[in-house]
Amino acid sequence: MMRIPCIVCGLRDENEFTCGGTSHLVRPAIDASDRDWAEYLFFRDNPKGLHHERWRHTQGCGQWFNLVRHTLTHEILTVYAMTESPPR
Amino acid sequence: MRNHYSAWSLLRGALTGHRHWSPAWPEAKPKPAYDVIVVGGGGHGLATAYYLAKNHRITNVAVLERGWIGGGNTGRNTTIVRSNYLYPESSRLYDFSLKLYEGLSAELNFNIMLSQRGLVLLAHSRHDLDAMSRWANAMRMNGIDADLLSREEVASLVPGLDMSPGARVPVLGGFTQRRAGTARHDAVAWGYARAASQLGVDIIQNCEVTGFTQQAGHVVGVETNLGSIRAGRVGIAAAGHSSVLAGLAGFRLPVTSYGLQALVSEPLKPLLDTVVLSPGTGAYLSQSDKGELVIGAMLDLFPSYAQRGSFAITQSILAGVLALFPAYARLKMLRQWAGIVDVVHDSSPIIGRTPVPGLYINCGWGTGGFKGIPVGGWTLAHALATGENHPLAEPFQLERFQTGRLVDEAAASGIAH
Ligand SMILES: Cc1cc2nc3c(=O)[nH]c(=O)nc-3n(C[C@H](O)[C@H](O)[C@H](O)COP(=O)(O)OP(=O)(O)OC[C@H]3O[C@@H](n4cnc5c(N)ncnc54)[C@H](O)[C@@H]3O)c2cc1C
Ligand SMILES: [Zn+2]
Repeated sequence: MMRIPCIVCGLRDENEFTCGGTSHLVRPAIDASDRDWAEYLFFRDNPKGLHHERWRHTQGCGQWFNLVRHTLTHEILTVYAMTESPPR
Repeated sequence: MRNHYSAWSLLRGALTGHRHWSPAWPEAKPKPAYDVIVVGGGGHGLATAYYLAKNHRITNVAVLERGWIGGGNTGRNTTIVRSNYLYPESSRLYDFSLKLYEGLSAELNFNIMLSQRGLVLLAHSRHDLDAMSRWANAMRMNGIDADLLSREEVASLVPGLDMSPGARVPVLGGFTQRRAGTARHDAVAWGYARAASQLGVDIIQNCEVTGFTQQAGHVVGVETNLGSIRAGRVGIAAAGHSSVLAGLAGFRLPVTSYGLQALVSEPLKPLLDTVVLSPGTGAYLSQSDKGELVIGAMLDLFPSYAQRGSFAITQSILAGVLALFPAYARLKMLRQWAGIVDVVHDSSPIIGRTPVPGLYINCGWGTGGFKGIPVGGWTLAHALATGENHPLAEPFQLERFQTGRLVDEAAASGIAH
C-alpha cells in the first residue's frame, strides 16, 4: 500500500485518498475544434515514468493537492498545492 | 515435425515412453523484413498473426514479444469469457468472439479447456434488479442468451451464498448467461502461437520494440533490441503499454493504464461450478480446474505500470467475498498479482487505423479483453491485410472520441472503473 503525503495531514495510507488523474490539463476555449475537445477530454500522455497528478484526501481533511509520482515504482517525489505550477 | 495432438498420439506416447513429442513451436530469430509485424505476444497479437495466415494467407509475419508470450494480461487474467454486453455493436463483437471460442480447441488442435459453466450476476438491491432486467432484456434483443433469476434460483446455482435474513450483502436475485464460462488463458496464447507458427509465422520472444522506422510519415519497420526489422505494415497489440508504443510513433491515445489484480486460494474440492459476479461488492470468482478459487478485484484506481496490486484493494475485495460467502473465511490465499490494463472512457476496445499510415492498433480492452482475443485478432488481421476496417470493428475506431459516438459499456464491463 502506498503512503501518500497529504499536504495538510502528512503521510497517510493510500485508501484514505482518491486519485483525480492528470494535473494541469488546460480547458480549451468554448469554440475549440472537436479534435481539441477530444484531446482535452480523453487523450492522455499516460507516461510510464513521472506523472503529475491530483489527489484528494477524501477520508481525511478533504483537501485536493498535486503529486509528482512515478507510475512504475510508485515513488512520490514532490507534493505541491493545487494552485502551484508544476515543479521543474 | 510438429505433433498433432489427439487421444491417439497420447496413447502412442504412452506405449513409447513419451519420447516422440516435439516443441509446440520453434524458436525464431528475426528476419530482415516481414510483410506484417505484430508488436505484443499476448492473446490478441498471437491471434492476429494466426488469422493473418489463416484468413488472409499472409504468412510472412512476425510477432515480437518483449518478454515471453502470454506473460502480460493474457497470462494474468481471471479467464472469464462471456458476451453479456449492453449495446448492439458490442453484442455483435463479443458474441462473435464467444462463438470462435466455442470452436477454438478443434480449430487450433489445442485444448483451451473452454468450460461454459455459466455466469451468475448478483443483484443486491431493487435498483440492481431493475438494472439487470434492462441488461438481460437488451441482451435478448441482441439475440444473446440471458435469463433473469429469482432469489431461489440464484441460491440453487450458487451454493454457499449468505442467504440468511441478516446477510451483510443481501442477494435479491440476478441473471445468468449460460453460455458464458472460463477458458484456460495460457492455452489460448500457446494454441494460437503453435497454430500460427505452423502456418509460417515467426514467434520472437525477448524482442522489445523501442521505436518505429518512418519514411515520409509512413511506418516502414520497427527498431528493437535485436536490431531494425522492416515491415509492410505494423500492428500494435500491447494492452497496458499501448500508450508507450503510441508515444514512440508520435501520437497519443485515450488510454490510461491501471493495475488490475487477482488472487487465488489454496485448492479445494469442487464447491462452485459457475462464475459469480457481484457488481455491488466489486468481487467476482470462479473455481479453477485445479480447485483454487480465482478471485478478481476492481481496479487500483491510479495510473500504474507496476504489475502489482495494492493491499487496500486486496483487502476490500476479500471483505466483499466474505460478505457473500462467509464459509470461505478460513481459506488461505496462495498468490496475488496484477496486470496493467488499458482503460478507455467508454470501456470499449479500439481496433483499426492509427493517425500514422502503415500502423494499426488493437487496444482499450481494459479489464475485459481475454474474452475478446479471437475477435480482436480476427479484426486486427483484417485491417492489417486489407487496410480497411472489419465491419465488426467499424464502431470501435479511434475517431469515436472526436465524434462523440462512444460505445459506453462501463456498466456491462463487469468491473467498477
Ligand atoms: C487481473 C486481471 C483479470 C482479468 N480478468 C479478465 C476476465 O476474466 N475476462 C476477460 O475477458 N478479460 C480479463 N482481463 C483482461 C484481459 O486479460 C486483457 O484484456 C487481455 O488479456 C489483453 O490481451 P492482449 O494480448 O491485448 O495483452 P497482453 O496479454 O498484456 O499482451 C501484450 C504484450 O505486449 C508486450 N509488449 C509491451 N510492450 C512491448 C514492446 N515495446 N515490444 C514488444 N512487446 C511488448 C507485453 O510484454 C505483453 O506480453 C483481466 C485482466 C487482469 C489484469
Ligand atoms: Zn489531509
